[in-house]
Amino acid sequence: MMDFVNNTVERTTVQLQKADFESDQMVKWCPGCGAHAILAAVERVFPKLGYKKENFCLVSGIGCSSRFPYYVNTYGIHGIHGRALPIATGVKVSNPHLSVWVATGDGDSLAIGGNHFIHTIRRNVDINVLLFNNEIYGLTKGQYSPTTPMNKVTKTSPHGTIEHPFNIGELVMGAQGTFFARVPDNDLTLMTEAMFEAAKHDGTSIIEILQNCIIFADKAHFGITSKENRDEHMCVVRDGQPILFGANKEKGLRLNGTDIEVVELGKNGITIDDILVHDRYDPNPGIHIMLAKLGSPHFPRVFGIIRSAMFPTYDDLVEEKIRLAQQDSPIKKMDHLLKSGETWEIK
Amino acid sequence: MTKMNRPIEERESIVVKFVGDSGDGMQFSGNLFSESAAFAGNDLATFPDFPSEIRAPQNTIAGVSGFQVHMGSAKIYTTGDLCDVIVAMNPASLKANLKWAKVGATLIVDSDAFEDKALEKAGYSSNPLDDKSLERYNLLKAPISLLTKESLGDLNVDSKTASRSKNMFALGMLYFIFNRPLKPSYKFFDAKFKKDPKIAKINKVVLEAGYNYAETVEAIESVIHVSPAKLQPGLYRNITGNVATAWGLLAAAEKSQRGLFLGSYPITPATEILMELSKHKSLGAKVFQAEDEIAGICSAIGASYAGKMACTTTSGPGLSLKSEAIGLAAITELPLVIVDVQRGGPSTGLPTKSEQSDLYQALFGRNGECPVIVIAASSCDNCFHYAYMAAKLSMEHMTPCILLTDGYLGFGSALFRDPKMANMPPINPPIVKANDPTYKPYKRDPETLARSWAIPGTEGLRHRIGGLEKEDITGAVTTEPLNHQKMVNFRAEKVARVANYIPEQEVDGPAKGDLLVVSWGGTYGAIHSAVQQMEREGKKISHAHFHYISPLPKNTEKILKNYKKILVCELNGGQFVNYLRMNFPMPNIHQFNKVQGLPFMINELTEKFNQLLEEK
Repeated sequence: MMDFVNNTVERTTVQLQKADFESDQMVKWCPGCGAHAILAAVERVFPKLGYKKENFCLVSGIGCSSRFPYYVNTYGIHGIHGRALPIATGVKVSNPHLSVWVATGDGDSLAIGGNHFIHTIRRNVDINVLLFNNEIYGLTKGQYSPTTPMNKVTKTSPHGTIEHPFNIGELVMGAQGTFFARVPDNDLTLMTEAMFEAAKHDGTSIIEILQNCIIFADKAHFGITSKENRDEHMCVVRDGQPILFGANKEKGLRLNGTDIEVVELGKNGITIDDILVHDRYDPNPGIHIMLAKLGSPHFPRVFGIIRSAMFPTYDDLVEEKIRLAQQDSPIKKMDHLLKSGETWEIK
Repeated sequence: MTKMNRPIEERESIVVKFVGDSGDGMQFSGNLFSESAAFAGNDLATFPDFPSEIRAPQNTIAGVSGFQVHMGSAKIYTTGDLCDVIVAMNPASLKANLKWAKVGATLIVDSDAFEDKALEKAGYSSNPLDDKSLERYNLLKAPISLLTKESLGDLNVDSKTASRSKNMFALGMLYFIFNRPLKPSYKFFDAKFKKDPKIAKINKVVLEAGYNYAETVEAIESVIHVSPAKLQPGLYRNITGNVATAWGLLAAAEKSQRGLFLGSYPITPATEILMELSKHKSLGAKVFQAEDEIAGICSAIGASYAGKMACTTTSGPGLSLKSEAIGLAAITELPLVIVDVQRGGPSTGLPTKSEQSDLYQALFGRNGECPVIVIAASSCDNCFHYAYMAAKLSMEHMTPCILLTDGYLGFGSALFRDPKMANMPPINPPIVKANDPTYKPYKRDPETLARSWAIPGTEGLRHRIGGLEKEDITGAVTTEPLNHQKMVNFRAEKVARVANYIPEQEVDGPAKGDLLVVSWGGTYGAIHSAVQQMEREGKKISHAHFHYISPLPKNTEKILKNYKKILVCELNGGQFVNYLRMNFPMPNIHQFNKVQGLPFMINELTEKFNQLLEEK
C-alpha cells in the first residue's frame, strides 16, 4: 500500500478519481504505443497523491511524449523542443506549492535539451520527470536518438549508428541526481509505484520509462521486458531487500571487491547473506551508478527505484534565502529602495 | 581647507575623462569625481570606457580603461564629445585618448609613468611630454607616482599599495581645480574601508596631497566653477541605465502584485541587471541564473504561466538564442519582458561597444507571424520608466514586450529623481477569478483582444496552453485553416491596439517645416543637443524621438507628413528608417547612419542637418 505524501502542495478534501484527470482531447498516439500505458499510470497515481486537482502542472517539450499535457486535465504547458525542464523550473520556483511534472523523451531531454537535463538535476529542483525512452525519434519518423544502441539501423543510420548511447541512470547520477527509477511501460504496478515515490521525493526525480514505439523501434526493449525474457533480464530492486532475479529468484547480485557479479543461490556456497542489499537512500551514488549501468550480455537490467537520496532542493533554498533577506533587510518595499543609498535632496 | 588664491573661471559645462591602465582605478576615481559634481548640484552624465579584457597587458593601448564625466549648470544630455580635461596615468592612455581632447584642453599626466619602456609599449618614438607635440594643449606634468609615495612616507606603506593610490592624487588635483570639498570623499572612504581603516587613511592622505600640490603649482592659473543646475526639487541619485532598468522592473512587480521572476544568463553589457536584481530578495524578487540564454527565457515563460511578472535580460547574441522561445510566449499569449541591452554585432561583435542594430531582430527575428511590443529607452534614468512600461503593457495586453536599451545607456549614468510608488501608473493584468464559469483559455477582452491570465493553483480554471496553434476561445489544438488565419490576425491586431494605450508622439520644435529629424533609443542626447545647437543658430528644424516602436504612436504618419524632408539618424545600417518606409511609403525619408561602436558626435549631426537644409 502506498503511504502518505507530505510536502507543501495543498491537499484536497475529497477523494479524487481517475475521471477527475481525464481531458476532453482525443488521444492521438498510435494504437499500441507505450505512451497509452504511461497515461493510464498517471491517471491512476494523481488521484492517489491527495493534492488538489488544481495544484498539478504538467510541462512538456516536443515529441510524441510531449503531447502528454493535452491528455491530462490539469494545468499544463506544452513548450518548445528540449526546453520542458527550464519551463518547469520557472513554474516550480515561482510557485513551490504546485506539483510539477514533466513529460519528455530521449530526444527532447538528452539531445536538444541535454544541457537543461544535467543542470536541472544538478540544482535538484523539485519536479518529477517522466522520461519516455523509446530509443528513437518517433514524431519525425524514425531517426536515431542519444539512447539508440550502437550499430542500430535507423532512417539516419542506414549502415548502423556509430554513436555510443547514453545510459540515462549513469547520466542522472553523474549530474548529481537524487532520484532515479527505471520502469518498463508494460508493468503498470511498477510504473505507478515509481511515480508515487517520485512525487514523495523532494528534488528532481527522473523516471526512465522503457517505452515501446510500435512504428519505428518496435520491440526495442523486447529482449529485456517481454514476458519470455523478463525473468532472466529484469532485476527489480526494492529498498532494504537483497537484489534477486530469475524465475524462482534463484539468482542475485553480489558485491565482489569493486565489481558487481551475478551469483546463484546454493551454488559455490552462496547464501542469501552474500547478496547485495539495496539501499536506495544511500547518499553515496557509487553502488547506484553500478546498478544503473548493468545490462546484457552478462547482467540483467536493473529496474525499480535505484536511488532516492535526500538533499536540499533548489526551490526550498530560494524560499529560504528570500525569507532570510526579508527578515534582515531594512528594504521591505520599493519606496525604501528608492530612498536607499547615496542620494541628495534638491529643494 | 586651504584658501583660494586663484581667479575663478565660470563654465557652463565641462567634460573630464580619467584614463589609465585597467588596474589604475580609473572607474573608482571617475565615480568619486561624479559624486562630487552631483553634491555640488551639477547635472551630469557619465560613461565608463573599458576594454572587454579584464586585465590586458600593462601599459598597452589594449589595456586602457577610462571614465568620462560631463557635468554642467544646464541639463546634460550626453557624456560629451570632446574633453576639457584629460587625466592620463600612463603613455598608452594618453595616446589612445588624445583624439578626444579639445584644442587647449588641460592634460594632467603622471610624468613618472612616461619612462622609456612604457613609451615604447604605447608606440611612442619620443616622449610626448618633451617633444612639443602637445603644444596645442595645456599640459600639466606632475610627478604623481613619486609624490604619492612621498606623501605616504610616515605611514609605512608598501610600494604596491602606494602605487595603487596614485589615482587619488590625481583626483585631489581635480578637486582643487574644480574647487570641490574633500570631506564627502573622506566620509566615503571611512564607509567603504570600514574594515581596513589604514586603507581609508592612505586614500585621505594621498587625496589631500594631490589637492595641496595643485594649489602650489603655478601652471594652474585659475580654478573652474560650474554653477548648480536648475533641477526640479526632489531626492536625487546618480544611476546607471542597467540599475534603472532593474528598478523599473521591480517597481512594476510591486505595483502589479505579481512578484518578479528573472531568468537570465550573464552577457555583456546586460549582466548588471541580473546582478542588481539578485540583490533584492527582500523585495521578493526570484532570480534564476540559468545554464544558458534559452533556459533563461524558458524559465521566465514557466514563471509567467505560474503568474509571476516574468522577465529575461540579454544582449544581441542572446536575443538570437531566445527567438524560438519568444515565439512560444507570443502564441501562448503570456506576458514576458525581454530586455535587450544592445551591443555591436553581428555575432560576438563588439561586446563593450554600443549600437542600435538589434531593431530588426526585435521586430522581425522570429519564425511565423510573430509581432510583439517593442519599446526603447532613451536615457540612463528613463530606463526605469520604460522598463516599468514594458512590464505594464506586457501584462495588461498579455503578449511579450521587448525593451531595447544599449551599452551606453546600460553602463552610463545620469541623475535620477527618485519617483514615489504612489505616483506610478496602475498595472491591472487580466487575472481570472477562481471558478469563473465563463473562463475559456482564448476568450478575449473585446477592447484589448488580450486573453485572460488563469494562474495554476486557482480552482476551476485548469487548462492547457502550448506552442501548437489553438482554437479560438476554447484553446483546443487545431490546424483548421481559417482558425489559424483568425488567430494570426488576433495576435497582430492585439499588438496594434496597444497604440490606443500609449502616448502620442511628441515633436520638439515647429509642427511643420523643412526638416524633421527622427531618432529612437539611446541616441536622444546627442541628437537633441545637435538640434538645439541648430536652433541657437536660427535654423528651423524639428525633432521627433521615438520610444514606442511596435506599435508606433497613432499620430506618427500625421507628423511625418508635415515636413518637406525627414532625416532618420541611427547607429545601425538603417533599420528604423526602413521600418518607417515600410509603414509609410514616402519619397522624402532620408537617413544618416553610423556603425562604428561609437555614439553620434554633435558636429557630424549638424553637418548632415545643414546639408539637407541647403539641398533643394
